Amino acid sequence: MSEKISAAYWAGAEQGKLVIQRCDRCGTLRHYPRIICSACQSFDWSPYEASLSGTVHSWTVSHHVFDPSVTSDVPYTLVTVDMTDGVRVLGRLSNDVELRPQLRVQLTFTPDTQGRPGPTFVVADS
Amino acid sequence: MIGSTNVPLHRSAAIAGIGETRYERASSKSAAHLQFEASLAAIADAGLKPSDIDGVIPIGITGSPAEDYITNLGITDLRFSALIPHGGASGIGALQAAAAAISAGVCTAVLVPSGRNVSSGDRAGVRIHQMPQFHFVSEYERPIGNIAPAQLYAPMARRHMNTYGTTSEQLAHIAVTTRQHAMLNENAIMRKPMTVADHKSSRMITDPFRLFDCSLESDGGAAFVVTSTQRARDLAQPPVDLLGIAMGHPDSPSSITQRPDLTRVGVAKAADIAFGQAGVTRDDIQVAEIYDCFTWVVLCQLEDLGFCKKGEGGPYVSDGRLGLGGSMPVNTHGGLLSQAHMLGMNHIVELVRQLRGHGERRQVEGAQVGLATGYGDQGDGGVAIMAAGQ
Repeated sequence: MSEKISAAYWAGAEQGKLVIQRCDRCGTLRHYPRIICSACQSFDWSPYEASLSGTVHSWTVSHHVFDPSVTSDVPYTLVTVDMTDGVRVLGRLSNDVELRPQLRVQLTFTPDTQGRPGPTFVVADS
Repeated sequence: MIGSTNVPLHRSAAIAGIGETRYERASSKSAAHLQFEASLAAIADAGLKPSDIDGVIPIGITGSPAEDYITNLGITDLRFSALIPHGGASGIGALQAAAAAISAGVCTAVLVPSGRNVSSGDRAGVRIHQMPQFHFVSEYERPIGNIAPAQLYAPMARRHMNTYGTTSEQLAHIAVTTRQHAMLNENAIMRKPMTVADHKSSRMITDPFRLFDCSLESDGGAAFVVTSTQRARDLAQPPVDLLGIAMGHPDSPSSITQRPDLTRVGVAKAADIAFGQAGVTRDDIQVAEIYDCFTWVVLCQLEDLGFCKKGEGGPYVSDGRLGLGGSMPVNTHGGLLSQAHMLGMNHIVELVRQLRGHGERRQVEGAQVGLATGYGDQGDGGVAIMAAGQ
């Protein structure tokens, strides 16, 4: 597992942090974890602790049980968020609020269907 | 005039044969069986023998590899094969590869077969997580409940609604018109009448997609045979020539979440290339078979193809123009929404049928030029513009 390109992300998530990649050569931030930088093709990168703040870009509210792992969860909201540092994060929405674009949200991590730290957003103001 | 220009792929190839099985739910036949059944129908339709095939591009993730075609069709000299791993855009990609191989002289008759039996195995929407192009979704998104294609694409539609004011009722017009066409097709699975009100009362799957915004899961096979335009003229059917064809991929093709513009898909990059090769304008298109895994994906592609501006798709699809007798008949066979989900292979087969004038009760009168699109995985796209051979 430690050899995986995503190990730093998951280790950060366990501590409630959003750890993304920062290119050592050109400084470009990227997420999801990838082997090389799409801006300069460097293989070298370092973990970067990104802000947990963001704004709503889009969402879907799922009512259908697509898989037994979500049987007790429906309906649930998946929200696509523009994070302050420029990358996006897809997470569950914890509040039962009406969403709108640009709504400010804060990232936390709660156990997902596999027991790993899953991105979960809380509405910062409404 | 045939092969008279230096434009790449323009009239480089023709579809000489088409074949389909019966489309149904819960077929007792295997995917391979359905694939061979459709293949033999397409080869016979062209007036060829199985041993005449010297190129094969199998479509989809449940069928047989090229070697199985050598074994089963009695091919002694297979000169070309390829894999096009772009989901529902693979049929268009295969037609592009076949035309390129034929015009380069690599081979002479390419079979593009597909067959699926999704009712006996895992549901198609869940199987995507076994595919390498979905590795980001599998690692980061499936564990929080982002499981099926409907959920992947719903935020694209929601973003379009928020940005441009597109409504669910506008999407309903696509579902209703497609159903009207399916009712005219003996080989369509869903032939019960549907109204806009029926769409509105269908259960919510994943907002904004209701049940009637979603395509079917079905079993069957579809195939076509590509030859040179010259050879097609000596075969059994009226030839249908390829005028222009291109593939395009969205930015961030393997993660919709990270895509800069959620409302633009791969066919946006392909459209101008294909129209440029074809030497026709949008106004020349008389029938369009648009990949329709979800209603909104049709609307988005109509915009990205340039039939209307980005954001104007809602009004564009709502004024009756998509129906038979309208100015832009779309999915005359009933599409993936109401005929069958055959990975868009049924769209290519239907385009050929229309341009032969063999559309029966659903024929677009006088159709000479039309197009078919593919849309796959997370927005890979392709468009083929074709014309009745002169």
